[in-house]
Amino acid sequence: MSMNPMSQRLGPWLRSRLPYLDPVLLAVVGVLSLVGLATLYSAASDHPGRFGEQLRNFGLAFVLMIAVAGLSPRTLKRLALPVYAIGVLLLIAVLVAGVSVKGAQRWLDLGVRIQPAEIMKLGVPLMLAWYFDRREGAVRRMDFVVAALLVLAPVALIARQPDLGTAMLVMAAGFFVMFFAGLPWLWLAVMIGGAVASLPVGWMLMHDYQRNRILTLVDPMSDPLGKGFHTLQAMIAIGSGGVFGKGWMQGTQTHLEFIPERTSDFIFAVYSEEFGLIGNLVLVILFMVLVGRALAIALQASSSFTRLLAGAIAMILFTFAFVNMAMVSGILPVVGVPLPFISYGGTALVTLGMACGMLMCVQSNRKLVQM
Amino acid sequence: MKLLRNPEREVFYFRTRLLVAALVVLAGFVSLVMRFAWLQLVRHHEFYEQAEQNRIARVPLTANRGLIKDRNGEIIAKNYSAYTLEIAPNQVQNLDATIDELAKVVPIEPRDRRRFHKLLDDYKRLDSVPIRTRLTDVEVARFAAQRFRFPGVELRARLFRQYPLGDTASHVLGYIGRISTGDEDRIDKFNNPRDYEGTEYIGKIGVESSYEEFLHGTTGFEQVEITAGGHPVRTLARSASTPGHNLILSIDIKLQEIVERAFGDRRGALIAIEPDSGDVLAFVSKPTFDPNLFVDGIDPLSWDGLNNSPDKPLLNRALRGTYPIGSTYKPFLALCALELGKRRPDSVTYDPGYFWYAGHEFREGRAPKGGYGNVDLHRSIVVSSDVYYYVLANDLGVDAIHDCMQPLGFGQLTGIDLEGELTGVLPSSEWKERRFHQKWYGGETISIGIGQGYNSFTLLQLAHATATLANGGVVMKPHVVRAIEDPSTGKLQPTVPSEGARIQLNPRNLEFIRDAMVDVDLNGTGRAAFAGATYRAAGKTGTAQVVGIAQNEKYNESKIDERHRDHALFIAFAPAEPGARPRIALALLVENGGWGAMAAAPIARAVFDYYLLGKIPPPPTPAPHDGADEPVAAADAKGRP
Repeated sequence: MSMNPMSQRLGPWLRSRLPYLDPVLLAVVGVLSLVGLATLYSAASDHPGRFGEQLRNFGLAFVLMIAVAGLSPRTLKRLALPVYAIGVLLLIAVLVAGVSVKGAQRWLDLGVRIQPAEIMKLGVPLMLAWYFDRREGAVRRMDFVVAALLVLAPVALIARQPDLGTAMLVMAAGFFVMFFAGLPWLWLAVMIGGAVASLPVGWMLMHDYQRNRILTLVDPMSDPLGKGFHTLQAMIAIGSGGVFGKGWMQGTQTHLEFIPERTSDFIFAVYSEEFGLIGNLVLVILFMVLVGRALAIALQASSSFTRLLAGAIAMILFTFAFVNMAMVSGILPVVGVPLPFISYGGTALVTLGMACGMLMCVQSNRKLVQM
Repeated sequence: MKLLRNPEREVFYFRTRLLVAALVVLAGFVSLVMRFAWLQLVRHHEFYEQAEQNRIARVPLTANRGLIKDRNGEIIAKNYSAYTLEIAPNQVQNLDATIDELAKVVPIEPRDRRRFHKLLDDYKRLDSVPIRTRLTDVEVARFAAQRFRFPGVELRARLFRQYPLGDTASHVLGYIGRISTGDEDRIDKFNNPRDYEGTEYIGKIGVESSYEEFLHGTTGFEQVEITAGGHPVRTLARSASTPGHNLILSIDIKLQEIVERAFGDRRGALIAIEPDSGDVLAFVSKPTFDPNLFVDGIDPLSWDGLNNSPDKPLLNRALRGTYPIGSTYKPFLALCALELGKRRPDSVTYDPGYFWYAGHEFREGRAPKGGYGNVDLHRSIVVSSDVYYYVLANDLGVDAIHDCMQPLGFGQLTGIDLEGELTGVLPSSEWKERRFHQKWYGGETISIGIGQGYNSFTLLQLAHATATLANGGVVMKPHVVRAIEDPSTGKLQPTVPSEGARIQLNPRNLEFIRDAMVDVDLNGTGRAAFAGATYRAAGKTGTAQVVGIAQNEKYNESKIDERHRDHALFIAFAPAEPGARPRIALALLVENGGWGAMAAAPIARAVFDYYLLGKIPPPPTPAPHDGADEPVAAADAKGRP
C-alpha cells in the first residue's frame, strides 16, 4: 500500500502530542468543522472544487493546531516580538508593493500570495501579552499608552489598504489584551465615549462603499437591487428558513444564487436557510461552548502572559462569530469577517487552528507555576 | 514608588474582567438568538414569500394575434415569425459604435438607425430595442458566428404582423404598433389587462384597434424557477395561451382593390354597403398608406413623408372627412317632400335658371340659358335642377328638413365598428342657436336644398343613407367586421344586427325616387357612365363647391387651382329594377374631381360591373380629370352634375 511515509510519520507524532490536546476544545472544534464542511458542501454545490480545498485547509489547520499545542508557552513568548515585527514590515511592504484585488491592496506576492493583515490577528495579542507580561506586577498607565501605539501602528497600516474589517478585528484583539491587563475602567469609559463621539469624523473619512454598507444596514429596502441586495437576500434566506429550515441542500436562496459570497462571508445565511432556527441555536451553543472553554482556560492559566493570551483569543473567537452572524442577519454593517470554522478560506482556518493551538498550549501548561 | 507584586490581587482583578467578558459574550449571543427568532419566527412568512418570489418568475406566453380575412376568406392580416436583432441599451456602453460594428456584419440602413433612436427615445423602459428586423437566414448565420463580439446584442425570434396586400384597405385594417403610454391607460380599461403582460404591440387604428380585445387572445403563463442571474432552471407550472379570434370582414377585398385602382392618384373616398345587412363591401379612402411601415415603429423619415404630404394619406376620408354633398342630397329631399306631402309627383316648379330670395339671386349652377323651364319632381332629379330645390327647401324650412333627414342618418354617427367617426353637421335653427348663438335666416335654407350651406356629412353617412333608401327605409348599422371566428372551434359569431331602426316610408314614394334615380343613369347626368349596362342602376351625381364662386362669375374648371376645384360625388344602388332587391349601395367622392358625372360616376359603374357581373375592369387609364373633361362637358350640356 502506498500509505506515504509522511502519514506514517504523522501517526506517532500525533500520539506524542495527544496529552497536550484539550478534549473539550477538540470536540467542539471537531463538531464545528463537520458542520462547516456540510454547509460548504451545500453552499459550494456549483464550485465542486471548493469542498476538497476546504478539506485540505482543515487538515492544515489541524496539523498547525496540534503543532502549536505542543509548544511551550516560553516559545510562544519568544516568538511574539519577531512575529509582530515581521508582520509590521510585511504590512509596509503591502502598501509599497502589494497586489490590488477589487480596489484594495491587501495581498503580497511572495511566491505564494499572503495577506499580512491576517498575521496581525494573532501577532498583536501575542505582542501585547508579551509586553504586559514583561511589566508584570508593575503595569503603569504609561504602559497602556505604549500598548495602544503597538496596536494602532498595524491597524493604521491595515486601514490604509483599505481593509476596515480586519483593521477593526486587529484593534479589537489588541483591546482585549489591554482590557484583561487591567485597563482602568475610567479609560475604558473615555474610550467608548470617544469612539461614539468620533463617529461623525469616521463617517467623513470613510470610503463610499463603506458608507453604503452602513446606510443599507439602516434601511436595506432603500436600494433592494443595489447596495442593499446582499443584506436583504441574506435576511430573506435566514427568515425563509423558519424553525426547521428548508433542509440540507434544499435552500432556494442558496442554490439559485441569490446569496452573495455564499461560501465565504455569507455562508451563515446558507446554514440558516437550510437548518432554520434550531440549527442556529445549535450553532450558537457550539460557539458559546468554544468561547466559554477558552475563557475557562484563561481562568486557569498560570502566568500573566498565558492569561492575557487565552483571554484575548477567547474574545477574538467570540468577535469573529458574533460579528459575522450579526452582519449576515442584518444588525451590523457588512464587513469582511468570516464565520469561524464554517466559511470557506484557508487563511482564516490557519489563524483559527493556531489560535486553538495556543489555547491548548496554555491549558496543558496551566500547572507550571513559574517559567 | 515601586508596586509590590501581589499575584492574588492580580488574579482577582483578572477574574473580574473575565466575568465581564463572559457577560458580554452572553449578551452578544442572546441578542443574536433574539434576532434569529425575529427573522425566523415573527417574519418567517414574509421572508418565505419573498424567497418564493425570488425563485419563481412568471413568464407570459404571448398569444398569437387573430388573423383578419375578407368576406371571401382571403387573408389580409397575418403573423409570421422572423428574427430581429436587438440591443439591450443598458448593457452596451457606446451604442453608435456598436451599431457601426454591427453594420459590418449585417446590413443596417440609415432608416434602421433612425427608427432605433426613435424607439429608444419613445420607450425608455424597453430593455431591448430592435435595430434590424426580418433578418434573412444568411444574415442570421453571419451574426450568430460573430455573436461573441457583441455583448448586449441579441438575436430573437419574434412574431410579426404582416399585411400582405400592402396599402390596400389600410384605412379599414389600420395597423398595430408598440404599446405607448397612452395605450397603457386604454389597456387598464380592458376586461383583462393582465393579458397585456408581455405584449408589445397593440392595435392603433382601424379594425386592428376597434377589435383589439378579440384579436389579442389570452396570454398564457409559465412559472419558471430562475436563478438570481435570471437563468431558468426548470418549469414549475404552465398555462397555455389562447390565440386571438380571427376577424371576417364584410369587405370584399377584390372589390376594394378595384376601387382603389379606379381612383388612381386622385384623392377621395368610397363606401359600398350591402343594403339589407349593413355589410360594408368596400371602404376606400385615397390615398392609402402601407400599414407594414408602422408595425416595427415607423422611421421618422417615412413618418414625415406621410404626415406632411398635402394629400394627407393618413386621413381617413370616408370616416373623418366631412363635406357638403351637393346634388346627391336631392333624392333624399325629394323623398322628404313626398313623405311630408309638400310635393306631389306631378308638382311643377318653373326653373328660369335663377331664384330670387330677399334680394339675393341664387343661380342655377350649370343650366342651359333660361333654365330648365317647367320641372316636375321626377325631372328635378334627372336633370338636377337647383332652382327646384331652392324653392322646395324654402317651402319645407330648415327644421322640417332636419327632422326628416335625421332618421336617415345625416349628421349622426352611423355606429360603424371603426373608431374616430365624425358627426358632421345637419343644420337646424336650434343647432345654429347652440353653435353660433344666432337665429336662423331664411336665406340660409335655400342652399341647404342643394346640399351646400351648413350641410357637412361624412361619405359614410351618405352611403349609409343611400343603403337605407335602397333597403326600403330599414336602417342596418354599417359594419366592416361580419363575423368573429374562434380559431380553435372554427365557430363564427356574427356581428350583423338582425335589424336596426325602421323608418316608416310610403313604398310608392320610395319607388318614385328609385325610378327617378334609375332615369338619372339612363337619360340624366349618369347616362354616359352607365351606357350599355345590362342591369339597372339608380344613381345621382353631385358636385360640391369647395370655394365660394362669386355670383357674377361662372365656374370655370380650367382656370381654378386644382385644389379649389369642386368635389365630384355620386351615390348609387343596384340592381334597381322594380321588385329587385338591391345588392349594393354606394357613395363616393373624388376630391377636386370636378363634375360628379365625369369624375365619380364611372367609378360606381366599375364597382357595379364587378360586384354584379364579376367584370374586372381593364388596367387603369390615365386619370381622366386632366383636360379630357372639358369637351365632354360641353357636348353633354344637358347633363348636370
